[in-house]
Amino acid sequence: MTISETQDIIIEEFSVFDDWMDKYNLLIDIGKDLPLIDPKFKIKDFLIEGCQSKVWLHPEFDGNKIYFSADSDAIITRGIIALLIRVLSNRTPDEIISAELYFIDRIGLRQNLSPTRSNGLLSMVRQIKLYALAYNVKQKSK
Amino acid sequence: MKSISEIRTDFPILSRKVYDKPLVYLDNGATTQKPRSVIEAMDEVLTSFNSNIHRGVHALSDEASMEYENAREKVRSFINAPTKEEIIFTSGATSSINTIAFSFGERYIGKGDEVIISHLEHHANIVPWQMMCVRKEAKLRVIPIDDNGELIYDEFLKMLSPRTKIIAVSQVSNALGTLLPVNKIIEDAHSFGIPVLIDGAQGVQHALTDVMSLDCDFYVFSGHKIYGPTGIGVLFGKEKWLSELPPYQGGGDMVKNVTFEKTTYNELPFKFEAGTMNFPAAIGLGVALDYVLSIGRENISRMEQDLLVYATNRLSGIKGLKIYGNSLNKIPTISFLLDGIHMYDTGMILDKLGIAVRTGTHCAQPVMDRFGIDGTVRASMCFYNTRDEIGTLASGIEKVIKMFA
Repeated sequence: MTISETQDIIIEEFSVFDDWMDKYNLLIDIGKDLPLIDPKFKIKDFLIEGCQSKVWLHPEFDGNKIYFSADSDAIITRGIIALLIRVLSNRTPDEIISAELYFIDRIGLRQNLSPTRSNGLLSMVRQIKLYALAYNVKQKSK
Repeated sequence: MKSISEIRTDFPILSRKVYDKPLVYLDNGATTQKPRSVIEAMDEVLTSFNSNIHRGVHALSDEASMEYENAREKVRSFINAPTKEEIIFTSGATSSINTIAFSFGERYIGKGDEVIISHLEHHANIVPWQMMCVRKEAKLRVIPIDDNGELIYDEFLKMLSPRTKIIAVSQVSNALGTLLPVNKIIEDAHSFGIPVLIDGAQGVQHALTDVMSLDCDFYVFSGHKIYGPTGIGVLFGKEKWLSELPPYQGGGDMVKNVTFEKTTYNELPFKFEAGTMNFPAAIGLGVALDYVLSIGRENISRMEQDLLVYATNRLSGIKGLKIYGNSLNKIPTISFLLDGIHMYDTGMILDKLGIAVRTGTHCAQPVMDRFGIDGTVRASMCFYNTRDEIGTLASGIEKVIKMFA
């Protein structure tokens, strides 16, 4: 499934609900399903700066694709990072770098997930793309 | 006296909606809303007599200067300072503290000297002193607090020594809402001949403030936290200090005579007002103080105490809610956390219900460290809030608990 296809599925899942409260409950459930990060990666090196809540993001690169695991101490933030991982994990660095993220605008939580809020969404996306860039360089220099 | 609904119509923003829900504004500790009279006064400056103050010979400049100086007199009277010359306009409480930390440091602080602050301070009353102490190789000492968020007073007394050059403490903790024993601090400091700066950023709008009876050496506050505009603040200093201190910034209006060899400084208060001041905001602040007086400071105090008692009872009845700062002497601010729920999750959902609260460290990281937490949710009320709004907050919190439990 491509990045766009995954985004479209998420948009559809959220479109079932009109009420923001239901959308949040969905986000909370998604957060609970976030694959657990190995506790040894919950250290400062993997902490993302610029979030009001703590977010740890760990990348793993097998030479072809990057796999992310993450956690946060706030549940809504866990939901957000879980969505990002669903869209951007298990992808090649090239796919991640060129990805255009539109699902945030379209799931109806724009006001809450916009980069102007201090929820760190922007920092999370930036960090994911930075890892992709780094692995991209590593891959090409081989 | 005006009814609460009349008061609320004085503040246009209070009738707006967010996400289709009536706004419940409980972030007054961060900034307060402005009454119509302040908004109109600022508009009036810009439409009728905008012109640089203390500069021109023309009518507009005269009018603007007069209104600006009139605002200074209103501030003087409001905090009961002895003279107008002791009232300096700044851009805010932060800038006022930076002015004193710099100028006092330059004049009086040397290697090995000590400055005392408290563990409850806002970053604005920590960092400027820290910067000065680094520059002067002086030492910053901190009065510790107990589990209720109150100063451990004996520790403070033990710190006082001939090395202590100045003490800077808040009138009220911004993070917890608790009042500090400033009267006692000033009295004890003065018995050692040590001057005291009071950071009134969270105090002036709630507690009756009389700098003459307080006898503090410096008092600072921000306009925007007392229903006035942003970008204007006040620095009161006793004349005996201000006339001794070197200026903080150089520029126009703060000088008497300038040659490339030597500059002589203007007299007080202008010595500390370099460059074009934010006169529209100063005038707006004067009108905000008029508004406070028209409601009556005792009335405000009574309404706010009523809100505080009501809110404390209502919120402490919620299972799993813990209030930080359990002093009996408080402004109507409640800092809390919900058991097992991140402050950020709480704040996000309350926001969606139209309730504006602040989450985080409230620029007082050391206070949070003292309690071993990352931050709190802070509901800071003022006289225009209602019991109904506290009810909305309480049911919002219950909704949050249901969602995240």
